[in-house]
Amino acid sequence: MSVTDVHKDTETRTMTITAEFAAPVERVWQLWADPRQLERWWGPPTYPATVVDHDLRPGGTVNYLMTGPEGDQPRGYWRVLAVDAPHHLEFEDGFADEAGVPNPDMPTTTIRVALDEQLDGRTRMAIRTAFPSAEAMDQMIAMGMVEGMTEAISQIDDLLGTGAAPA
Amino acid sequence: MDRIFHALADATRRDIVARTLRDEHSVSALARLYPMSFAAVQKHVAVLQGAELVTKRRRGREQLVSGNVDTISKAAHVLDQLETLWRGRIDRIGEILADKAT
Repeated sequence: MSVTDVHKDTETRTMTITAEFAAPVERVWQLWADPRQLERWWGPPTYPATVVDHDLRPGGTVNYLMTGPEGDQPRGYWRVLAVDAPHHLEFEDGFADEAGVPNPDMPTTTIRVALDEQLDGRTRMAIRTAFPSAEAMDQMIAMGMVEGMTEAISQIDDLLGTGAAPA
Repeated sequence: MDRIFHALADATRRDIVARTLRDEHSVSALARLYPMSFAAVQKHVAVLQGAELVTKRRRGREQLVSGNVDTISKAAHVLDQLETLWRGRIDRIGEILADKAT
């Protein structure tokens, strides 16, 4: 497994995950810096990402959309805060509306990426994800809860659907 | 978090839960926050209450709504979701790096 450490802290609202890859630091950096490579891993298989704009400079924006199994296309953005290739990247990740405009009513997270090449040529990648405020975290919690409710309702629908057609 | 995208269905209910997690709100105070009738907000609260996401208690003529969760454990759950999300991403990165053709 390439994940070497995970640390979670509800007080500071952060999750830090560290991984090691058998590749030089410049190669790992390309996964962030090249939009075609970024879209191969940013979205989960059920929601593959398409990177629309990619300006990886302080103040720059990365815009992306993800395509869901039902054709839904949630959009997100990065607002780039700091870049020091190939070692450091910091950005705000948030939700955007259908036109790609950041939605200020939705929670954001701040993501800090640190890449370090080890003596053996492997690269260590540490990702620190933080909710900027208790409110942002509460919003995300609420979203997860509503999601749970939606799932419960669809399960009931499934039960009713199968119950009506016994073999 | 792909599962969370499914949650974006109802912004008002999401907002009610977020607010009542932090502070108890009366239904009338909530109703003033949204461009909809008192009855419509009450209906949203009833849906949340039915799903045990909020609890309601009476104080005189007021109905007070609270988020019905242990916030800390829910916070831990959100951080768990972030971990799952990033483990997936790191796995995919590992696969791309292992694919020498790229």
